[in-house]
Amino acid sequence: MHTKEIISLKDITVSFDGEKVLDGLNLNISDGEFVTLLGPSGCGKTTTLRIIGGFVFPDSGNVFFDGKDMADLPAHKRQVNTIFQRYALFPHLNVEDNVAFGMRVQRKDKAEIRETVDHMLKLVNLVGFNKRRIDTLSGGQQQRVAIARALANNPRVLLLDEPLAALDLKLRKDMQVELKNIQKSLGITFIYVTHDQEEALSMSDTVVVMDNGKIQQIGTPQDIYNEPQNAFVADFIGESNILDGIMHEDYLVEFFGRKFRCLDAGFDKKEPVDVVIRPEDIDIVPADKGDLTGTVTAVTFKGVHFETIVDFKGFKWMIQTTDYYPVDSVIGIVLNPEDIHIMKKSEYSGEFGDYSSYSEEFDEMANPEIDLTEDAAEAET
Amino acid sequence: MKTLSRIYNGIIFAFLYAPILVLIVFSFNDSKSRVVWNGFSLRWYEELFRDEEILSALGVTLSVAIIATIVSTVIGTLAAIGIRSVNRRLGRVLLAVNNFPMVNPEIVTGIALMLLFVFIYRTTGLLQPGYATLLLSHITFCIPYVVLQVMPKLRQANPHLYEAAVDLGCPPVSAFFKVMVPEILPGIITGALMAFTMSLDDFVISLFTSGASSQNLSVTIYAMVKRRVTPEINALSTLMFGAVLILLVLINILQIHSEPSRKGGKSK
Repeated sequence: MHTKEIISLKDITVSFDGEKVLDGLNLNISDGEFVTLLGPSGCGKTTTLRIIGGFVFPDSGNVFFDGKDMADLPAHKRQVNTIFQRYALFPHLNVEDNVAFGMRVQRKDKAEIRETVDHMLKLVNLVGFNKRRIDTLSGGQQQRVAIARALANNPRVLLLDEPLAALDLKLRKDMQVELKNIQKSLGITFIYVTHDQEEALSMSDTVVVMDNGKIQQIGTPQDIYNEPQNAFVADFIGESNILDGIMHEDYLVEFFGRKFRCLDAGFDKKEPVDVVIRPEDIDIVPADKGDLTGTVTAVTFKGVHFETIVDFKGFKWMIQTTDYYPVDSVIGIVLNPEDIHIMKKSEYSGEFGDYSSYSEEFDEMANPEIDLTEDAAEAET
Repeated sequence: MKTLSRIYNGIIFAFLYAPILVLIVFSFNDSKSRVVWNGFSLRWYEELFRDEEILSALGVTLSVAIIATIVSTVIGTLAAIGIRSVNRRLGRVLLAVNNFPMVNPEIVTGIALMLLFVFIYRTTGLLQPGYATLLLSHITFCIPYVVLQVMPKLRQANPHLYEAAVDLGCPPVSAFFKVMVPEILPGIITGALMAFTMSLDDFVISLFTSGASSQNLSVTIYAMVKRRVTPEINALSTLMFGAVLILLVLINILQIHSEPSRKGGKSK
């Protein structure tokens, strides 16, 4: 599965105005892989991309491309091309001249340029747009021109900096599929930066979750979703109930004063841990048959399911269920061993995973993402 | 009310343009008189173009204006890019330093430049007051106008454009010319036209910085008027008025022309 490494970042540290943006970052990217750098704004993902592109030079650490150190290689000599956040198309040139820009710089011959331009415009579904002015194009079309322009240079690696952020939801979903198809058919490496977890999960071979200038977890979308390494990842990717627990022995964890079977091992005896339970994994049963009982405090209809907030001894959980349980009803829940995921304690413990202040948190999150996450996760599995 | 405002406007325009109109009319008068109209003639224009002193002054004015425009446009554009690329606080200070000479009384600038040139000449023997000092002072006072015209264009330009060109394999300098220059070109052209107009127009600073050897038109006219006022000067002034008018109209057209793209840039 893993082919050879094309890009390797070793111990990269970057500071802007005395503030650490990247802190000892290590990352290896295989040739032909679709890698997504995912994290909240300010986590250092765009800086990482700009280091690879040659627009930011690290304070310390090395960037290797094909095993060669790129420290002294300026941006215009690197075999990578970037798709910028707001496309950065050249407004004084038409579509064709934009796409041909890189090839003309390299003084390729005219016939070859014309052929490549036509090929690229076909690839991004813009046949016949050659002579159009940039400012007559829609956002989606400009995005396609930006893709064609970057790919026309025949890069080994394509860097994409939140390329779909400016598009509306429907168009964004279409472009996700198209980008993935382009990546598969060309077989080149894509390094994709986004803060949108749904985008990351549905497109990537590998997801790199970042926060505070550090990598929190690297893995396949399924790994990231099903086996989050700490409370930050569990909370950032999808919805999670995160509780304090104690690992008694392998495969046996205690929380809320009860012991549960689980599938995790390798912890110390009596080690305090974070327990993650995904809202969609919880089964609701009549109160007398449940492992735990709680009271429903809020219900929101989300289309596919009801988002039900349940109070268990003062700790509020989110449960996603297709059945409706009215507010104030008392319900029981059953947890199967595979529904329980154990994480080591981290600096993020206690910060996330409690839905007591749910109403505020609700506003912060883009609602559609909650549903989409699940669709995406299902599509991947 | 409407008639009142019309009359008011009429009076204002009369005061503004009547003197110029009189000057233009009498430049075509077939007589030395500045009072009596003797019929239409181009004789003062003919005499004007036979006057060696005026022709050489015209040559000085035009060559100074052209060279000062080119040099100040290059320096001003580079300065604007520099101001844009430093941090915000320093940029604001630099811009204020740039703007100051424009509001500084011209006579102060003129005397200051003269003192500087005299000082340099006395201590080093270089820069004898003459063509070089005239040119240098014109370049000096033109630069701020160019900076002021280029700055807003730089602000509107997408900062990623330059990076995109470099990303596509363009070396930095060529990326600047291929991508940034077209973006800020309207500002550069307006700045250059403005510099040209300012240089053509200038009298006060030129009076202090041109030596006896090379005087530009305005200084020459001033000297001529002290001796005798001939209708030749009317003809010359008419031509200068016409030239500056055309330039101003050009600048305005350019600015109006670049207005829609400015709005478009913001809405993105």
